[in-house]
Amino acid sequence: MNLMMLLEMASSGFGERVAVTSAGRSLSYGDLLRASHRAKQTIEDAEVERVAMLDVSSLAVPIALFGSAWSGRPFAPLNYRLTADEVARLADQIAPALLITDAQRAPDLADLDGIQVVVRDEWIDAATSSQEAEFEPDWPMDPEEIAILLFTSGTTGAPKAAVLRHKHIVSYILGSVEFMGAAEEDAALMSVPPYHIAGMAAIASSVYAGRRIVQLPNFDAGDWLSLAREEKVTNAFVVPTMLQRIIAELEETLTPGEPADLGSVRALSYGGGKMPLPVIEKAMALFPTTDFTNAYGLTETSSTISVLTPDDHREAAASDDPAGRRRLVSVGRPLPSLEVQICDEDGKPVGVGERGEICVRGEQVSGEYLGRGSLLSEDGWFATRDGGSLDDEGYLFVEGRIDDVIVRGGENLSPGEIEDVLLEHEAVADAAVVGIPDEQWGEGVAAAIVLKAGASAGAEALQQWVKDHLRSSRVPQLIEFRDELPYNETGKLLRRQVRAELSGG
Amino acid sequence: MAELKAGSRLKSAVCDTEVMVVMAPQGDVEVTCGGAPMVALGAEVPSGQTLSEDAAEGTQIGKRYVNEAADLELLCTKPGKGSFAAGGAPLTVKGAKPLPSSD
Repeated sequence: MNLMMLLEMASSGFGERVAVTSAGRSLSYGDLLRASHRAKQTIEDAEVERVAMLDVSSLAVPIALFGSAWSGRPFAPLNYRLTADEVARLADQIAPALLITDAQRAPDLADLDGIQVVVRDEWIDAATSSQEAEFEPDWPMDPEEIAILLFTSGTTGAPKAAVLRHKHIVSYILGSVEFMGAAEEDAALMSVPPYHIAGMAAIASSVYAGRRIVQLPNFDAGDWLSLAREEKVTNAFVVPTMLQRIIAELEETLTPGEPADLGSVRALSYGGGKMPLPVIEKAMALFPTTDFTNAYGLTETSSTISVLTPDDHREAAASDDPAGRRRLVSVGRPLPSLEVQICDEDGKPVGVGERGEICVRGEQVSGEYLGRGSLLSEDGWFATRDGGSLDDEGYLFVEGRIDDVIVRGGENLSPGEIEDVLLEHEAVADAAVVGIPDEQWGEGVAAAIVLKAGASAGAEALQQWVKDHLRSSRVPQLIEFRDELPYNETGKLLRRQVRAELSGG
Repeated sequence: MAELKAGSRLKSAVCDTEVMVVMAPQGDVEVTCGGAPMVALGAEVPSGQTLSEDAAEGTQIGKRYVNEAADLELLCTKPGKGSFAAGGAPLTVKGAKPLPSSD
């Protein structure tokens, strides 16, 4: 079992179809197979144990992913925002390795021990110059071989690499994607970075489905809309902050009364972070014919474990019953190939509707970190560190990271619950709730608020709002206003930064 | 007859069909294609066998084939003229997953 099998089948079944387009240049599945073979040879000649990349999306990414798989080496796409020092620290964990990067950064990384630097354009040119026609499928078949290493930021600050073996990714793809399920004219716009699990999973699933990937290396809402139009994109995956910006961009350029139009994009899936209810409601109202899919997953679970389908979205939005409507903020139902359980602190399953930690079990779940072994329980369960609950029809609700829970006077408060309430206030565009040190309570509740353009609301009004909708213990004792909240490129709110700012640090 | 392992790749002895074993039952099982036992990819194909007319429905790349007990599942990675059977009973095509693309 190896990722290469997916590309081999694609090349065999529809080799002439375009696999990926980047900056106007395209490679067919046949081209990608050829390039991957040449890349495999380059990797073997370099005598390295891993292949890493420090770069935005380009044709180099799928070539490196499949070339590494063919050569039996793990592929480690790194966060391109890392400084040279941070890369140096990671280098220890991955050396000896080939490191593909852009021409500007290459000189800074030249002296790293055990790292051979390759410039991205040269990597692409060398791989795509191959004219070979016949190949032996001589990649390693052992499902336990490591396919991808993805460094996740640890709470202690030391990044650890999640280990995804071929068996995890291949079973995820086979369990959720139909071979050649995409029509020839389908195209998926990928604007998430390669070091995000969704970026990696998208390559594997698009290749298997036969869906052309259109890459947008640096997200900008205007560029996204132009590229979607130019390339007649039909599908896209975005993180929630990107959807907000796309909507804002469209609204700015619309003349009053003109309907918003996503053009050829008929399916939009999102994940990687919480989707605020007002944003998805607005998106569904603006684009009533678009199919929205919420995909919840983690790096450690080879991406998606639960899906809120387009039908789920529409049913929830149209529901008269609060429980039905609430499903619009759920992450849908777990994939059929998986089991999901909500557990208490002792690891015991809790009842329907009760909150606890989301745990998952299945073939695509890894839960392993390089050098640190597996976090799976004896029975194969992975505790996600996400809090949540399941409703009576099996819809999964995600509360937020357990580590973000605010402990105030011995009571556990969920920032997500308070944020949701604040977001319902008509003047609030965005909200982040964090715990700050408090002498009396241990931790107190604080909120950073971004108001909508032209709107106004004072701290007291917002405190009263929270008191009216929740309980007084949830009322933020400190509210500060901001022009925007800090997010990283994968759409995750940087809570630590907000906490530090509001703690007076 | 042999014990099959998930992830292993087999080929037909009498046509171009190739598969990857997605799921296999415990114990020995004989999988045939075109009436002849399938062999490991890369192994020598025993000579003198021909495609049986009773097992010539053809296989399709990307389709999954399962037995009645649903404990054997093969993914066809290369198509061919034969059709699959295990323990003498023909395998059937598994329905496609109706999930929206999520990545």
